[in-house]
Amino acid sequence: MKLEISRVVQGCRLGTLTGLGKTGQHSLETPGCLLYTRCASVPHLTQDTLHTLTNLPAVTQVTLATLAEHQEVLEEFKEGARTFAGLHDTVVYCSLHDPAAPSPPGYTTNKTVSVWGSGGRTELTVARFMALQAAVRPDWYQNMADGETGQENTSRKRVRKAVDRTLSHLDECLLLHQKMPELRGAQVWGVVEGGDVREERVRSARETAKRPVAGFVLDGFQSGAMGDDLRTQLLTATTAELPHDKPRLVQGVGRPDEVIACVEAGVDLFESFFPYQVTERGCALCFSFSMETDPEQAVLDSDKEKTIPEDVVQENGSDGGGDGPGKMTRFEMHLRDKRYREDFRPLVSGCPCYCCRHHQRAYVHHLLVTNELLAGVLLMLHNTAHYLGFFRALRRALAQNRLPDLKQQLLQCHQGH
Amino acid sequence: MAAPCGPDVIPGAGQERDTNEMCSKKAASLAPLALRIVAECPVTKARACDLTLPHCVVDTPVFMPVGTQGTLKGITVDQLEDLNCQICLGNTYHLGTRPGPELIDKANGLHGFMGWKRNLLTDSGGFQMVSLVELSEVTEEGVKFCSPYDGKEILLTPEQSIHIQNSLGSDIMMQLDDVVSSTVTGPRVEEAMHRSIRWLDRCIVANKNPDKQNLFAIIQGGLNPELRKACLEEMTKRDVPGFAIGGLSGGEEKDDFWKMVTLSTDYLPRCKPRYLMGVGYAVDLVVCVALGCDMFDCVFPTRTARFGSALVPWGSLQLKTKQFAKDFQPIDADCQCPTCRRHTRAYLHALLKCNTAGMHHVTVHNISYQLTLMRSVRQSIIEKRFPQFVKSFMKRMFPSSDQYPRWAVEALASVNITLD
Ligand SMILES: [Zn+2]
Ligand SMILES: [Zn+2]
Repeated sequence: MKLEISRVVQGCRLGTLTGLGKTGQHSLETPGCLLYTRCASVPHLTQDTLHTLTNLPAVTQVTLATLAEHQEVLEEFKEGARTFAGLHDTVVYCSLHDPAAPSPPGYTTNKTVSVWGSGGRTELTVARFMALQAAVRPDWYQNMADGETGQENTSRKRVRKAVDRTLSHLDECLLLHQKMPELRGAQVWGVVEGGDVREERVRSARETAKRPVAGFVLDGFQSGAMGDDLRTQLLTATTAELPHDKPRLVQGVGRPDEVIACVEAGVDLFESFFPYQVTERGCALCFSFSMETDPEQAVLDSDKEKTIPEDVVQENGSDGGGDGPGKMTRFEMHLRDKRYREDFRPLVSGCPCYCCRHHQRAYVHHLLVTNELLAGVLLMLHNTAHYLGFFRALRRALAQNRLPDLKQQLLQCHQGH
Repeated sequence: MAAPCGPDVIPGAGQERDTNEMCSKKAASLAPLALRIVAECPVTKARACDLTLPHCVVDTPVFMPVGTQGTLKGITVDQLEDLNCQICLGNTYHLGTRPGPELIDKANGLHGFMGWKRNLLTDSGGFQMVSLVELSEVTEEGVKFCSPYDGKEILLTPEQSIHIQNSLGSDIMMQLDDVVSSTVTGPRVEEAMHRSIRWLDRCIVANKNPDKQNLFAIIQGGLNPELRKACLEEMTKRDVPGFAIGGLSGGEEKDDFWKMVTLSTDYLPRCKPRYLMGVGYAVDLVVCVALGCDMFDCVFPTRTARFGSALVPWGSLQLKTKQFAKDFQPIDADCQCPTCRRHTRAYLHALLKCNTAGMHHVTVHNISYQLTLMRSVRQSIIEKRFPQFVKSFMKRMFPSSDQYPRWAVEALASVNITLD
């Protein structure tokens, strides 16, 4: 794997990860995102429906949270999660947690972390963690990490302990990695912790960078964990300590505006759980990112939601955490709303996704109010397509020195123009 | 190959009267439907036809998947087309309530609303009312019931049912019939039969699009052969493009069920399609094809898929059970569906726990199973080996011949297939 940075604009890195996969046949452009899955399949989608989308990311994220309970099965299967799940030719990255289903706190010890799947909690030691990786056989995986620093008022001492534990887990993982033939050719990504303590962030980054890792996973920056300014400061301080030639993936950040803020702080990669969360709350991404000012675009903008319906905000609670679909953002429209009952336009005009080519808002609205399964399928297709389109636009903006235009467009979206 | 509705003699089991007489009459004068009989089994009453409907030709015998609310359980219309589905169902009761006929009208009918380019059949809405809504009352005017959505009292008349179905724009509409449970006996059955005939006449008059939409009559009469015959006699006098056999598959004894089916096909005109409502288990399909039925529908294959039950030639697999956790074979090694070509039972077992894609995979397989079964049935009829097909089908489905259901053995014997 090689990261070629073609351009750095005000902290933003435009580049390409090349030579990915066992034979080096794949590449991934940055800033970019991975393909989100549950139990190694994109939620709601069969391979046939998924592949109505073009330009899918070359890397698929699978999670131990959804695979741990199938360890015995995977061990007997012997060929790893990619083949087990009948995935297409893709690079597989295995993370510890499911970014759309954060684990409850209070289950981390000196020697163990816990993941939560459909069958409940699985407690992992480093040995068990590595045995699982051997069964999953990913191309990339993150080391086991103590990420339990997200709560408010986490003490400095606890943060220090998380950094220490994570480094020791990393060393153990790297040691075991050498001994496991199943993981030959796979690469370890080092997890950087440090909560909201700048010195700990710097220490975690420096120490992790000393180890033979392929890339860095920046943990503890998920939406809601801290204010935007603090996140930017901490991310900037962290990435300053990391080598330029290795990719940085931030966990738990999905909103387009937050994605841009992280890119400006030196982040290259994101998970794509955000379109899934939007789907689960019956919404469709509709923010505009084309940076064109043609009349058609103006029409598109005027379709945008003026306000978020009150009931949606209440219904979804206030913190956006847990397994629930979280809070609605300004980047989406609430298709369950009755204003779409007779709206015969596509979700987003000009969108090339299967849903927008074949169906109308009124139909998706109908599927949502009647609780039909096809709603999830169509929304997942559209939201994924839209999100991937946003990342393409982001890279284009960086290439053309037009990031301010793109940011302006997202800001207008905030203000409901 | 037989010509459509020619004067040729019908082979097969004991016709009580000459159906050619009816066939020599023109099939419903203006109906947008043509039935070409491709082959008739020389032993049984089975037949293979090309049924031309407004949106495409349907190869019969055909199983029609049910898309209750204008969608087929998580399957896209493209997936359905790829499985070679030529016709599916929509439910008038559900669609008439949500989103309502006016909206669907604006969306260019149900075809436009759901983006489906092939044929659609809609039911009358009456059956759902009787089965879903406890507080329903039948009068000569129509079916009265309380809306489960807002509690308002609604009256569904034959005219209203056809009005909604005209808005939906289905290729085949069903008459509103007076449905009584097949286990009810006595004067109520006779009343329902006569009323269904009167309602058929009202439906025929109410149809605004006889040149675009086919209206099918529904034969009633419960489990009483005399009432069935009387209903058949009356309804076949009407100029309708097709007939359904109704009032069955509602919990009656299978012995009664197949006798009513075979009696109905004996009296139905040869040149019009015969639709057996609510039948979809593989054994029932094969037997009822032998008894002369062309079209079938059932929610079972798609409903059962959502519980992780996959249909196979030897029964079904409950994929959620532990025994499949480490089973690395496809659902059915001979199945050519997208699910079986890519996934193992073990992966589906795992996926069903946390991702709706698991259900979609099984739904795709089950629809494929039903459609493939009917294609094989059709091919065997065309190649004049339908009786052999039935025998090997039964052998595969049951571990031994003493487990064959008695009703199936008797029904098949009545059309000259002796199972060994
Ligand atoms: Zn779209
Ligand atoms: Zn299959």
